[in-house]
Amino acid sequence: MPQDPTERRVVVTGPPRRARRAFGYYRPRTEIDEQTTLGHTYVRSLMRIQLRAGLTVFAVLALLIGPLPLVFAVAPDARRLEWAVLGFGLYPPLVLLARWYVRRAERNERDFVRLVEDR
Amino acid sequence: MNSSYAVPAVALVVLATVLVGAFGLRISRTTSDFYVASRTVGPRLNAAAISGEYLSAASFLGIAGLVLVQGPDMLWYPVGYTAGYLVLLLFVAAPLRRSGAYTLPDFAEARLASQTVRRLAGAFVVGVGWLYLLPQLQGAGLTLTAVLTGVPDWLGGVIVAVVVTVIVAAGGMRSITFVQAFQYWLKLTALLVPALFLVLAWQRDGAPSHAFDEPAAFREQRVVRVEDGLDLRLEKPLTVTVDGTVDGRAHHGTELRLPAGTHHIDGGTRLTFAEGAEVPAAGRGADDALSPSRAESREERPLYATYGLILATFFGTMGLPHVVVRFYTSPHGVAARRTTVAVLGLIGAFYLLPPVYGALGRLYAPELTLTGNADAAVLLLPDRMIGGAGGDLLGALVAGGAFAAFLSTASGLTMAVAGVLTQDVLPSRGVRHFRLGTVLAMAVPLAASLLVGGLPVADAVGLAFAVSASSFCPLLVLGIWWRRLTPPGAAAGMLVGGGSAFLAVAATMTGYPGEGPWHALLAWPALWSVPLGFLTMVLVSLATPGRVPPGTAGVLARFHLPEELRTEVSA
Repeated sequence: MPQDPTERRVVVTGPPRRARRAFGYYRPRTEIDEQTTLGHTYVRSLMRIQLRAGLTVFAVLALLIGPLPLVFAVAPDARRLEWAVLGFGLYPPLVLLARWYVRRAERNERDFVRLVEDR
Repeated sequence: MNSSYAVPAVALVVLATVLVGAFGLRISRTTSDFYVASRTVGPRLNAAAISGEYLSAASFLGIAGLVLVQGPDMLWYPVGYTAGYLVLLLFVAAPLRRSGAYTLPDFAEARLASQTVRRLAGAFVVGVGWLYLLPQLQGAGLTLTAVLTGVPDWLGGVIVAVVVTVIVAAGGMRSITFVQAFQYWLKLTALLVPALFLVLAWQRDGAPSHAFDEPAAFREQRVVRVEDGLDLRLEKPLTVTVDGTVDGRAHHGTELRLPAGTHHIDGGTRLTFAEGAEVPAAGRGADDALSPSRAESREERPLYATYGLILATFFGTMGLPHVVVRFYTSPHGVAARRTTVAVLGLIGAFYLLPPVYGALGRLYAPELTLTGNADAAVLLLPDRMIGGAGGDLLGALVAGGAFAAFLSTASGLTMAVAGVLTQDVLPSRGVRHFRLGTVLAMAVPLAASLLVGGLPVADAVGLAFAVSASSFCPLLVLGIWWRRLTPPGAAAGMLVGGGSAFLAVAATMTGYPGEGPWHALLAWPALWSVPLGFLTMVLVSLATPGRVPPGTAGVLARFHLPEELRTEVSA
């Protein structure tokens, strides 16, 4: 972050934070509201991080569920295991995965709000 | 079953439903109340309402029946119904609420700004809704005939249809929310309390556990009356006393040793099985072409069928019209997410119970596999295992709960279908037309259930899931996460994915391919039709880059930004 006001003229790639803040009304949120390219970049970053959270939990779900039919097909004698897993065992992990995702998604949103509100 | 308790129980459920609905009616005033309960429903009430709506006849009766007939593989149904909500939570819940639309067609229009896609989505909502309503009405008929002997099949369906139409037309979404929440707890109680007594009875019986082995066996000498003709497939020879016609020859109380192979049993035949005899596998008679035996295709490719089932239920839940409309009633996106977690807990808790009934059914009522009436297992078990006045009371409780299941799911579906009919088909908007739409939404499946009949309850629901998974799932997921989706792409994807799943289902229903690998492919379409839907949507969208709607960036911002940042984005 340049301290010397003369350096300000060199920085052309980022948001002109210091200049606007000097007038007191700049916030990234304005960029989002006005749908500038920069605002879209903010929204994209939120979407990406939320999608990553969703895909991570989905991958865990797929790894958990995917092999089960194969296991049951390979070991037809494990009937009692199949009853236990499908009848009772899978529901707690499903709820835990859901809670994990919600906590992550809400934290992502809080972080994002803090970023754009510049707090 | 003794009907002296069951009839008052069913009547009580219907009456309570109408009363709770009337309570909602008093506070249902505006159009917004009508469609989305003015978006003021908190997570706990909404979660109970979603669960109450979701746990249909297939969950209440169908799963136990399927487990009874086909064994623990069928427990993938409840697992899939629950996991479907997890997938919905991961990719759809919060953005869907933030999209601010009333229905799926509204979502399509808001995202893609295209009337054509809107109408197409509307057509699929109506199709899936009707496909799902059909088994609810049939299940109602089945319950009433199991409870009351001598009642015509159609009466239960007609009662449910009339009650639902009146409630929905009168109170709309607001009253439905209260009705659904009430019915979740009713259904849980109606299955939990008898289950506790049944487990106690099972313990007193010495806790026999061979229900978990394959195949099920008769615990005592049992006479089975075969209602409709069926084909018996025997892995090994079976000794049975026959009073009736087997393989075209009449017998009168003769003990018969049937060699391994397939035997045709005529309707009305009585078979007496000895203690310890294995319960043979039953296929439908050849004369009964309308109900294809999924059991057969499962045996040909069990693994393929299991994965098809998993895919259809995991991805189909998010596209069910009555599920989606519920998310619009949450006050904001964060509440929509938390609601979904609560729903997962509630339906997970409920689904612990049907396997208990299925397992006990294999022990105490294995002959239901032969009578073709396995869906009634839940209703018959209290009487069979406990008997006396206690058994009758518990049976009445179960019958009441089953009716709650039909009423709640049917009202949610009717609500969704009527919403689409009112907004997109009937000439002008307004509450009066909504009432007309309600009547229309219920009349068609009622007529179909009276005309067609005979599709196993859980099977018909599985078909609705497959169509929904291959049409609405790509639309929702790509619409929410992919900015290059175009209206032609969305339309093509829905038509190709959902249309092909629908055709495959229709082909199996008419018994077109008969046997072989083609039959399995068509009977379990989700495994190829879901990827096909996604692929078509992506490829056609990429081929029409010029058709990306101009407002896409703003729309996606609205879907994903937390509400507190949204004050000015509404433009």
